[in-house]
Order: sequence, then C-alpha cells, then structure tokens
Amino acid sequence: MLTIGTTYRPATDLGYLLVKHPDRVHEFELPTGRATVCFPEADEARCTAALVLEVDAPDRRAAPDGFSLGRFVNDRPYAASSLMSAALNKAFRTAMAGRSKDRPELVATAIPLEIRIPVLRCRGGADLADRLFAPLGYDVAAAAIPLDEGHPEWGESPYVDLQLRGTVRLADALHHLYVLLPVLDDAKHYWVSTDEVDKLVRAGEGWLAGHPERELIVRRYLAHSRALSEPALERLAESDDLVVADSVDAVLPADADEDAPSLAVVRRAAVLRVLRESGAQRVLDLGCGPGALLADLMADRRFTEIVGVDIAPRVLAIAARRLRLDRPGAIAERDRQRIALVQSALTYRDARLGGYDAAVLMEVIEHVDESRLPALVRSVFGSARPGTVIVTTPNAEYNTRYAGLAAGAMRHTDHRFEWTRAQFADWAAAVSAANDYAVTIEGVGPADADLGAPTQLAVFTAAGGNA
Amino acid sequence: MTELPVPALSLVALIGISGAGKSTFARRHFLPSQVLSSDAFRAMVADDETDQSASAAAFDALHYVAGKRLAAGRLTVIDATHVQEHARSTLVALARAHDVLPVAIVLDLPEEECWSRTEQRPDRSFGRGVLARQSRDLRRTLKRLNREGFRTVHVLRGRDEIEAATIRLQPLYTDRRELAGPFDVIGDVHGCRSELETLLTRLGWTISRDDAGRPVNAEHPEGRTAVFVGDLVDRGPDSPGVLRLVMGMVRSGTALCVNGNHEAKLLRKLRGKQVTVSHGLAETLEQLDGEDGGFVADATAFIDGLVSHYILDGGRLAVAHAGIKEEYQGRASGRVRAFCLYGDTTGETDEYGLPVRYPWADDYRGPATVVYGHTTTVDPQWVNNTICVDTGCVFGGELTALRYPERTLVSVPAEREHYAPATPLATTVPERPGDLLDVADVLPGSGRRQLDTPYGRIPIEAPQAAAALEILGRFAIDPRWLIYLPPTMAPAPTSKADGYLEHPREAFDGYREAGVTRVICEEKHMGSRALVLVCRDEAAAARRFGVTDGETGAIYTRTGRPFFTPPLTADLLARVRAAVSAADLWAALETDWLLLDTEILPWSAKAGELIRGQYASVGAAAGAALPATLDVLATAINRGLDVTALRDRTRDRATNAALFTAAYQRYVRPTTDLTGVTIAPFAVLAAEGTNLATNDNGWHLSIADRLVAADSTLFTRTARVPVDLDDPATTEAAEKWWSELTDAGGEGMVVKPADGLVRTARGGLAQPGLKCRGREYLRIIYGPDYTTPDTLAGLRGRNLGRKRSLALREHSLGLAALDRHAAGEPLWRVHELVFGILALESEPVDPRL
Repeated sequence: MLTIGTTYRPATDLGYLLVKHPDRVHEFELPTGRATVCFPEADEARCTAALVLEVDAPDRRAAPDGFSLGRFVNDRPYAASSLMSAALNKAFRTAMAGRSKDRPELVATAIPLEIRIPVLRCRGGADLADRLFAPLGYDVAAAAIPLDEGHPEWGESPYVDLQLRGTVRLADALHHLYVLLPVLDDAKHYWVSTDEVDKLVRAGEGWLAGHPERELIVRRYLAHSRALSEPALERLAESDDLVVADSVDAVLPADADEDAPSLAVVRRAAVLRVLRESGAQRVLDLGCGPGALLADLMADRRFTEIVGVDIAPRVLAIAARRLRLDRPGAIAERDRQRIALVQSALTYRDARLGGYDAAVLMEVIEHVDESRLPALVRSVFGSARPGTVIVTTPNAEYNTRYAGLAAGAMRHTDHRFEWTRAQFADWAAAVSAANDYAVTIEGVGPADADLGAPTQLAVFTAAGGNA
Repeated sequence: MTELPVPALSLVALIGISGAGKSTFARRHFLPSQVLSSDAFRAMVADDETDQSASAAAFDALHYVAGKRLAAGRLTVIDATHVQEHARSTLVALARAHDVLPVAIVLDLPEEECWSRTEQRPDRSFGRGVLARQSRDLRRTLKRLNREGFRTVHVLRGRDEIEAATIRLQPLYTDRRELAGPFDVIGDVHGCRSELETLLTRLGWTISRDDAGRPVNAEHPEGRTAVFVGDLVDRGPDSPGVLRLVMGMVRSGTALCVNGNHEAKLLRKLRGKQVTVSHGLAETLEQLDGEDGGFVADATAFIDGLVSHYILDGGRLAVAHAGIKEEYQGRASGRVRAFCLYGDTTGETDEYGLPVRYPWADDYRGPATVVYGHTTTVDPQWVNNTICVDTGCVFGGELTALRYPERTLVSVPAEREHYAPATPLATTVPERPGDLLDVADVLPGSGRRQLDTPYGRIPIEAPQAAAALEILGRFAIDPRWLIYLPPTMAPAPTSKADGYLEHPREAFDGYREAGVTRVICEEKHMGSRALVLVCRDEAAAARRFGVTDGETGAIYTRTGRPFFTPPLTADLLARVRAAVSAADLWAALETDWLLLDTEILPWSAKAGELIRGQYASVGAAAGAALPATLDVLATAINRGLDVTALRDRTRDRATNAALFTAAYQRYVRPTTDLTGVTIAPFAVLAAEGTNLATNDNGWHLSIADRLVAADSTLFTRTARVPVDLDDPATTEAAEKWWSELTDAGGEGMVVKPADGLVRTARGGLAQPGLKCRGREYLRIIYGPDYTTPDTLAGLRGRNLGRKRSLALREHSLGLAALDRHAAGEPLWRVHELVFGILALESEPVDPRL
C-alpha cells in the first residue's frame, strides 16, 4: 500500500489532479492482481489517496519455467516494489503525464505532499532511501521494521516504513516513486526487457540526469537479466535449505581487495608474461571464470589453441558472450577455431585436458576445499600433465594492508583458505616433488617490505617437458 | 563339403572379382546385418551402387560402420572385390585397431564364368577389360595374403568348392565364459613348488603324486578350478616341479593357466632363440637340465599352448598375467598379447632399471573383474574391480590365491627368501588410486547418460548433470564418504477434505492401491536432512573408505555438503560413536561403520539464514503492511466509502500472515555450535557388506530407539503408529494421531510400507514413503493464504506425477548405490549413481511438493 496526501488548500483538489473522485472507490485490474484507490480523508485541509494492491496468488499465473520456492512464498504481496510502480502507472496515468482537465494550472505547481509507504524493501539500508529521495527535495523518514518481534536478536528486517514530505509537483513525485521504488527494492525476481530502458529515460526526464546517485539508480534499474538465472542450481540450493543468492552477485566474483581492478590487470599481465616465456602455444585456462584472461590470450595469435575450463556453465556462458562466441560470425572463423570452452571439475580427472603446453590456475585453488586439493593436484599435475603450470593465489600476509578487510577475514566469500608465503611455498614444493616438476615462485603486485606482494605466483615446469 | 573355421570375432574380407558370387556367398553364410557391401554403401552415399566416382565416400562410410561393429565385438564381413592391395591393407589396419583377427575368404572363379554372370546383370555396364584387370590383380593377391597380415586365409576354387563350403564360427581360445567356477586364482609361483603345495592344501585341494613322490595333479572335492596367472617359472627352487604339477592339473581339466612373461622368454630360449639369461632364467635352465628330454618337450608344448588371457564366468571374470584393459578382453592381437604379458609399459625404465608401467587399473571401468599378477605388492588392494595377487612369494613374501566368486584372499608365507628382489618390497600403499574419479564417469558424452540399476534404467540429462557437477565439485565432501544421497519424497495424493491439501486418508488409499496392507506412520521431524556416516575408529575409516587423514566419518546434507565445520563434525561423530558403542550396535550389526539417515534438529540450526532471509522477512513485511492497510481502510469506511469487502479480505490475510509467522517460529530454537542440536535417526542405511535400506521399517526404528536409549540428550525419538490398512480402528487412530501431532505444530508424518522394499503388482518399486504434511506447516510452503477456498481449490489440481516418478528414480539410484558399495564395487561405480541422484534433484519439478 501507498498513500499520498496533501495539505494544499483546497486539499480535495488532489482528486482532480489524480483524476479520481474522493468519494468513490476506484478499482483497477492489473496483470498480477488488483489495485484499489480510495481516499481515507478528503476535506478542505487534508486529502489523502490510498493505493491498495492485492497481488494474486502466484499459481494463478502461467507456470514459470524456472521453479523455485521463492516464487511462491515471498514479500511481493506485502512490500512495495515494481508491482507498485506498475499500479501507479495504471491508476494515475493521466496525473503522471502531467495532464488535468479541471486544474491545468495546478499540474505545474509544486504542492505540499506527504507520501507514506508502510513497507518498502530497502536494499542497502534506510540510509539509501535518504540518498535517493533527499536530493529531489523531500524530507525523508525511514523507520526500520524489526525482523521478528519474537526474536529481537535477529535485528531489523530489510524493510522500512518510508515517509516523504516535500513540496513537489505531483507528476514529478509519481515519477520519482515509479523509478525509485523498484531501485530500492532491487529484487531478484524483477526482470528487465529492452523497453525498460526507454521507460527509465521517459520517467527520469528532468530529474534523473542531475541526481547524485544517478549511476546506482540506472545500474539497479537495469541490473537483472534473465540469462543469468540458473533454475537448476536454484533448485539444488533450495533442496538444501540454502539461500538462493541474487543471481548477479553470485555469478561475478569480486575481489575484496581495494585495489582489485588494477591488481587483476597486473596479475593477468604477469601470467601472460610467464606463458610467453614458456613458449606455450596450446594453453588451458583452468577456472577461467568470465574469461578476462581468455580475452587476453585470444588477442595474441601465438596462442594457437586456447581452452577455457570452468565448473559453472553459466560462467562459461558469460565468457562466451564476452568473447563473442555466442553469435555466429561475430569473430573471424580462424579465431573461433582457436578457442573452446569446456565445463569440467578439477577434482575429477578429465582426458580432454591432456597434452597441453601450459595450464593456468589463476586465483582458483583457494576456491577448492583444502582437503580436496590433492584430487586437483592429481588431475592437473598427474593426469593432464601440461609442460608448464602457472598457479596464482592470494598472499594472506598482505591482507592486513586492506583497511576494509576485517582481521582474519578472506578476500572473497567463496575462498576456502588463503595462504601465507611459507604455506604456498610448502605446498608448491610438495606438489613439484611428487609430480616431477620444478617450481619457482614470485610475487605479483606492489610488494610490501615485510608482507610481500598481494598475489603469489608459482611456475611449475615438467621435468621431461610435456609428458 | 569344406568346413571353413572362422574366429567368432573377426573381420572377414570376401575377395573375388566381380561376378564371383561374393554377395550370394555372404547371404548364404552370414546374417544380413553382419555383411557390409561396398555396393550398398555406394547406393547409400550416391543413390547408385555402380557409381565408381562415389567409391571413396562409400568406403569411408563402410569403414566407419565396420569400426563401430568391431568396437562392440561383432563379427563383420566386408563384401567388396578386395583385389587391390591398398583395399586389403585398410581392412587389416582396421582389424588391428580393434584387436580382432583379419580373415580372408577368396572366391576364385574362372574369369569366363564371372563375365557371363556379369553380362546377365542389367545394372553392370563395365567392359570385359575391367574384369581382366581384376583377374590379374587377384592372381597377385593370392600369394600375398598371409604376408599382408591375414591370420586365416581360405581359398575356394571353382563353383563346386564355393557351393560346398560351410562356415564354422570358432570361439577364441581365450573365451571360456562357459566356465562358471568356482575358481581359485593363484598368483605368481616362480618355482615355489613347496609353497604352492601348501597353498593348494590350505584351499582344500587334494594333491596326487607320482612314484617318485612328485606332485603331478590336484583336484578339489568341491570341483573348484584353479587359474594360474602365469610366471610359474624362474627365480625359485623348483620350476620343473611347478610345471609338472600345473601341467597335470591343466591336462586333467582342474586348472587353467595363462601365459606369463617368464614363460614367454623361457619358450624362446627352449626353441633356441637368442635371449639374455637374467631375472632367474638361469635357475630354471639349470633345473631343467636335470629333467629328461621328454619332460622338457612336454613343457615346451605346454608353454607354447598358453593363451594370453581367459574370459570366464559369462564374461564376469578376466584373468591375465599383467592385467587386461576392457577394450582388450576377448580380443586377439599382438598388442593384446603384449599387454597381457608385460602390462601397459611406457618403454621407459625407473631408477632400478625396471620398466615404468602405466597404472591401467586406475582407468579401468569395465564390468568384468580382472585378476592378475606380475607386479609384486605386499597388500593386494581392489582397484576399480581389479586385483593383483602377486605377493612376491619368491622374494620371501607370500603366495596368494583369490577365491572367486567369494572374493576372499588366502595366502601362505614363503618358506624363505628364494631370490633377492631388485627393489625392496613396499610395505604400505600410500593412496588408493582407484579413488580417482573421471568426468567421463559422470558427464554424458552427448545428450544423456543411462544408469542401469537392478531397479530400472535411469536416464540423466546433460543440463542436470552439469548442475550436479558444479555442486559436487565446489561444495561436496570427499566422494569416498559420499556413498548415498537421500531421494526426494512424494506427498500423499491430494486430499479433498475441506480445508486440507494433504491428509492421512489419501496416503492410506495410495498404499492400498499399490497392494500394501501394513504401513507404519512415522513422525516427520522438521529439521534438516542429514546423513551420518560413522566409523568405529580410524582403522575402519582407512580400511573401508581409504581415508587416512584422521577423519572417522562424515555428516552431510542432502546435496552432499558438509553439515558442520570439521571440528564440530569430529565432536558430533565422537558422540554418535559413543552411543553406537553403548547400544552395542557394532556387534549387533557385525560392522565397524554405519550410515544413518537422520533429521538434525532444530531447522534453524542449519536453515537460520533461510528462515531469516525468506520466511521471517515475509512475516515482517506482512506484519507491518496489512495492519497499516487495515487502518487506512477503517478510516475510509468511517467516511462512508464502501471498501468493506477489501477490508475483510485484508483482515483474513492479516490473520493468515500471523499463522504463517507462528508456523516457522515453531521450528526455531536457539543453538550455539552443537549445543541444542539433536539428531533424529530413522533408518540405518548401510553397514559393512550390506545394504540395510530395504529392511523393514520397524527394524530401522528399533535400532534408532537403541541409539535414543543410549544417549537421549543427543538423539530424538521418532514417534510412530503401526497401521493395518484393513483395520479401520488402526487407520482412524492414526488419523487422530496425525491431527494431534500437526495441531501441536508438528510438520506431519511419513507413511511407509512396514516391509521396507515393496514392489507393486506391476513389478515396479512402490513409493518408499509418502509424506503427509500438516495444514499449518504447509503455510510455509504454499504461502500464508493457501487455505483460502479459491486458492485451495486451485492447488488441488497439483500434478504429483513427476514428483512421484522423481522420487522412485532417485530411490532406485540410492538403493543401487548402497548395493554397489556393499558389494565392494569401485568408487566410480558408486559415485556415478550418487551423482545421478543429485542431477535428478535439479529437475524442474514443483518444489512445493
């Protein structure tokens, strides 16, 4: 539910602006339910319109192809969201367009407005509501709602009771709500189609361009794309009572390093340098992720055969898109022939990976449980046996340099371990001895005199060459 | 009449000029599907069987098909002229590539006769010159066939010989699958005659002797057959004595013997070839000097007749000296013989000068058990259904036999070190290479993977396998512990009772329909499913699971993730272990490990994040939104607006939302680490050597009760009510019990057939359980408002078919995984099924069921 009230005199002019008679009840059918507009108060001094949404039970709609429990039990019937935007657009279309037959002059006038949304999911905290609405001329009050009054130890829910007060043109206020409610909500079940971009441009006209949080608004509004959802994985997570992460966050691994972007670039450059020095032409990128290194390898024709290997099919799909392998004819056929993307798990042996000149494990081993590393070593060093193996991994000692990282914390939520230089050196020595490789280790990135470099890089060279 | 022997698995080239009657001959003697004709392939690729310009493409396709047939072990006959050398050499290469024997059958008919036949065929338009050229080529061909590599060559001259010929398919010498045993497979003897006598006696054999007291034969009162893995001779004190005994046994049919590399070398020496006398050959030659010439001649003939390997017991057992990979079993070629004698050698030598062998057994995925020798091991280990039984008797180790089908090892110690080993005998096996899993064990090559189980053939689709690989690869525990995953469970058929979606009555009806009369209703605990695999000690973990890093079991979730951190797991396992000991279950179940199917309580212990992120959030949103709406609507009604219907609906929703919040709150209890956590066991799935999952459910609960009695703080009892479906009194009592249970906030119950594994009248498995969930619990699943009449009516149309099918498919895989593990099958054979369960679990089935 959402209410909009005014103390403009006569307040009942609000009915003219909204093109709704305050003494009647107005009902609208929506694709996903029903909206009712009524006026709980309507006199000279105060007039308030309430938009009440009733969301249909989901199974009355066409069955979605990706099933997950979250589609059936969720906050959509209770919290304001993109559904509320759609309802605003439907119920107050004329007002949003800034037209009024009866009060044309009032349309262009800023009037005192009070807006309340009793339950709004506010991803990023109540503070974000302030950052989004205050620059548009509102006084913002966002009261956090407790998660479960029976369990005060659980703290606050992601919802706020949002109250906005400001002197704003009604059409502008409706546009603000139309865009910013879904941005604050930022729900994962909100999918974007291409015409959403046009809608954003139209609804943001006159205020979005100058908004200090413009980038966040646009990014969130357009963030979620269908191709990234993975129904099969969602089902497996659910059958284990795990939270299904917002797809975008789960897919793109981000380093917690403050200097991550530049470190990632430096790291790739170091790996490429070692690869070139090794003379390798046929190269495996084991745990290739979204394909940043693959793109670099493709740019260098000396690499005649490049295989990107990852355990996650959707990550390989992102890599394919980045390398423009998903559209026929997007790259030259002879480049297309140089690269293949393969799903595999490094704790399993894979005959397809045998016989290459070099393999790269860039920031990969720390994503494998330490107890499962021997299986990885066996399949990479024992079975695939590339002539050169390049392994990079964080240097845990360096973590104290990251102010944003709590003591003892790791750089990424999926890291199973982060090693000191001594730990990495011990592991590398044991692996090389057991598998007949020689190894050298170097640091990558700006080195600290005591702590070393942020990234450690080991180069393993097979004793008998490519075995 | 001429009978032409042809090996049952071979590549037969029919050779003859056009019009010689090859196609007629092929039709008469072989199945149509066995014959690949160049004419037919020309027609296939070019719509015209005489189009010579299509020959290259036609032969390409023909060879491809022939290759597929040979790979599958099927006799294949090629009907083409084959008068040119290059055509035949391609066939010989193809036969070698599949390790089958190339056979030539030449139909040599006078050119005149062929020409007259050709002239009568309207579709043949080539001239006489072509035939003359073919004829000249054939003359040359005849002299060269043997040199070209054809192992069997039959030449039929003239119409009469061709007409009179018949084909007799001969099994390969290695194919003795008609022998079903039981067998005693005996490792490398190397002249240790005395130890061999001791071993045979220990195995129950009766040895007979000649006048000089030398053992010359042996037989077993139970009709067992001995199978010697070769290397009877060299190094040891009495190679002739061993030969005498084994030759006698083979002659009298109580033993089989395959060729060993030492026999092969001895044979070359005995035939006067130049060989380096080393590795104990000198001792044998010296000992043979003391034998008479007749014995040496007999021994030479005996060794000459030894085959590379035997396929026994319907193909379930293969014996070869140095092992044999699946593709070579029942095949014949030079490389098969070399593999059987020397193993998979790389040509390199190690620091001791011994050949480096590729560990072929790591890769072995064949269904036949392979027993072999050749490589000395101290402690024979099963690796992917293969075992090496050479325990180095001649080096002072032991002489070992594998009893088959019992699969037990019997050993006798060497009387002394007869020969110094080149390398010290290894005393430990650091890791079991059979634990190496390959992506090919789990990912479908293309499309789908079929898993054959005694409970049905289960297909796994590629996208599901891909999802399972990601989950298992990133999050699962060590696959050696992961011998099972619990199947999903179907709900009872949808109830028509007012206000209910699920009710005991329909569960009972469901089982009556399946022909079940006795069921047991078990309380369904609302926690998190957990499998608890507990070993009695580290030794059991090492022995049975090959885990030597100190872990003594695992506690894992339904997708194979660890339930707790390693230290908490160790703590909890210690408590479980103590209870199992106190309940005396190790002895009662004759085991040193157990796999328990349990629910770990409370739900919040594991699902806390989910409860807060999903359920509590919905409750919070509803709890704040609906009262605010009601306030606004009340004000509007006071103004005289007619929104009473909306107000009433909103009030109902507010009531339902409160019930929803109350429903999840019941499954929340404060816990810290293991404090407050309990385990509700309800089945004992497996113990040493046995799949217990199919035991009757009363038994399962009785074992669970013993654990509860042993430690009632750790274990939670599962309440149950037995029901006779023919006795209304018991069904009514069970319905009442369910109502009380669910009214008090319980999740519901599971109805299981009392007998455990039950088959329906049509032979399929009956559902192993049907869940019957409480009305309030279902609010968490179907949403706060599911009880409104409209919604409920809509939900009654829910389709249970896929869920029921999924439950049975996963159940089949789970049972088969436990069967295979109980039978000691290799890890990959268990893992492919467990992987399959997880893959199926990602199928898009309505998750609310």
